[in-house]
Amino acid sequence: MFLSASFRKIAADGIWNNNIVFGQNLALCPLLAVTGTATNGLGMGLATLVVITASNGLISVARHLIPSEIRIPVFVLLIAALVTLVDILMNAWAHELYKVLGLFIALIVTNCALLGRAEAFASKQPVKEALWDGLMMGLGFTLVLVALGAAREISSSGTLFANASLLLGESFRFLEVTVIPDYKGFLLMALPPGGFIMLAFLIVGKRLIDQKLAFKKAPAVSLTEAVIE
Amino acid sequence: MKLDPATIERLEAQAIQYLDWLKRWLEPANLARLRPKLEFQTGILAGFALIASVLLGVTNCSTEGTIQQRLDEDLKYSLEEVVPAALHDNDMLQDTRNIPSAEYNIGAEQTTVYLAKKSAAVTAVCFKFTAPDGYSGAINMIMGIDRGGNILGVRVLSHKETPGLGDKIEVSKSNWILNFVGRSLDNLTPAQWAVKKDGGEFDQFAGATITPRKSVQAIYRGLQLFKAHQAELINP
Repeated sequence: MFLSASFRKIAADGIWNNNIVFGQNLALCPLLAVTGTATNGLGMGLATLVVITASNGLISVARHLIPSEIRIPVFVLLIAALVTLVDILMNAWAHELYKVLGLFIALIVTNCALLGRAEAFASKQPVKEALWDGLMMGLGFTLVLVALGAAREISSSGTLFANASLLLGESFRFLEVTVIPDYKGFLLMALPPGGFIMLAFLIVGKRLIDQKLAFKKAPAVSLTEAVIE
Repeated sequence: MKLDPATIERLEAQAIQYLDWLKRWLEPANLARLRPKLEFQTGILAGFALIASVLLGVTNCSTEGTIQQRLDEDLKYSLEEVVPAALHDNDMLQDTRNIPSAEYNIGAEQTTVYLAKKSAAVTAVCFKFTAPDGYSGAINMIMGIDRGGNILGVRVLSHKETPGLGDKIEVSKSNWILNFVGRSLDNLTPAQWAVKKDGGEFDQFAGATITPRKSVQAIYRGLQLFKAHQAELINP
């Protein structure tokens, strides 16, 4: 393996074990707000990925400067300034992308996962680890957003990655597929309650997989336990 | 201005001294000693706030022009959607007129009307307006009207209506909004300016009546606004 053990652990934590949504149950507000379609989920995920990596790096660089008594206001200040900067710069220099993603950028400020990573990880770790953690947490979050968006989109309108070419450019038009032709549509899934319902299914799915993995690792122990009980 | 070598050397030495001091000050051990001190905490918080505000201020000032330019381009694009290019040879963004619109309930006290001119004569007008009472918030629209009061085109700029039901007012979802082309206050009676459910001319959507009803009513009010100012708008 080209990654050291600690970096591999950070990656596994970010993507699966301690995933922002599945593991920490954070960031549910932006998650449920934008996952009506897979494309929106992807947009929000990518925007978050960039900002969380930058904020982790910034906070890690400044970690010795920040006394623990005032860490929360400083973190909030840094994250808010960073998000606003990205917002302004994108509006000016990547306006087409901004018209699609603009809504999500502002939502990132409300993403408690950023503050969570700053507090739990970046303020205690060297810069390289903090950047890697931000990247992996962002990646894990993006995966969940896309999975939830795709599940909701397929069940609500029968399509997948609709309008992806608006977000990623014309060359990604091949992503836009109609999964269920002549689908009548199931509105509930496009509305907020559908988000909650689908999220519950995904979390159950993740728990089941974890259980299976744990069972595989130590089948004998859990079997005897079950027998004794 | 030319500095003699001795001065440069002295300045260099001083700079190195300051850098050295900064490096020592930034040592984790030194910072750990400083962190519990109240004045250090105050200073750090103030320092971060200062850096953040300076950075944001500079970025905001330096991008303001570019952002305005982008917004103008967007507006121009929407104007072109509802006023055919053949009807004008002027820059509509520069030819504007403000008219009071408070009594028409279209979301603004003052409405900026963009004038389309050909050979200096007004051929059409265009303005943004809002249905403030959509099913889940305001529906922002833009409309082009020719000098006789006939609609050239209407488009929805932004809305928060239910996806899958109310969003058929968007031209990318259905061509419902194209039904307004050619309509005017003269060729439809006030009673016909309504959705079919209310005895009018325009379709409602299955599962969504409020969105099209409120859109039709707002377009009707927009036409009334134009009619009230028709004379001064088309003969500036």
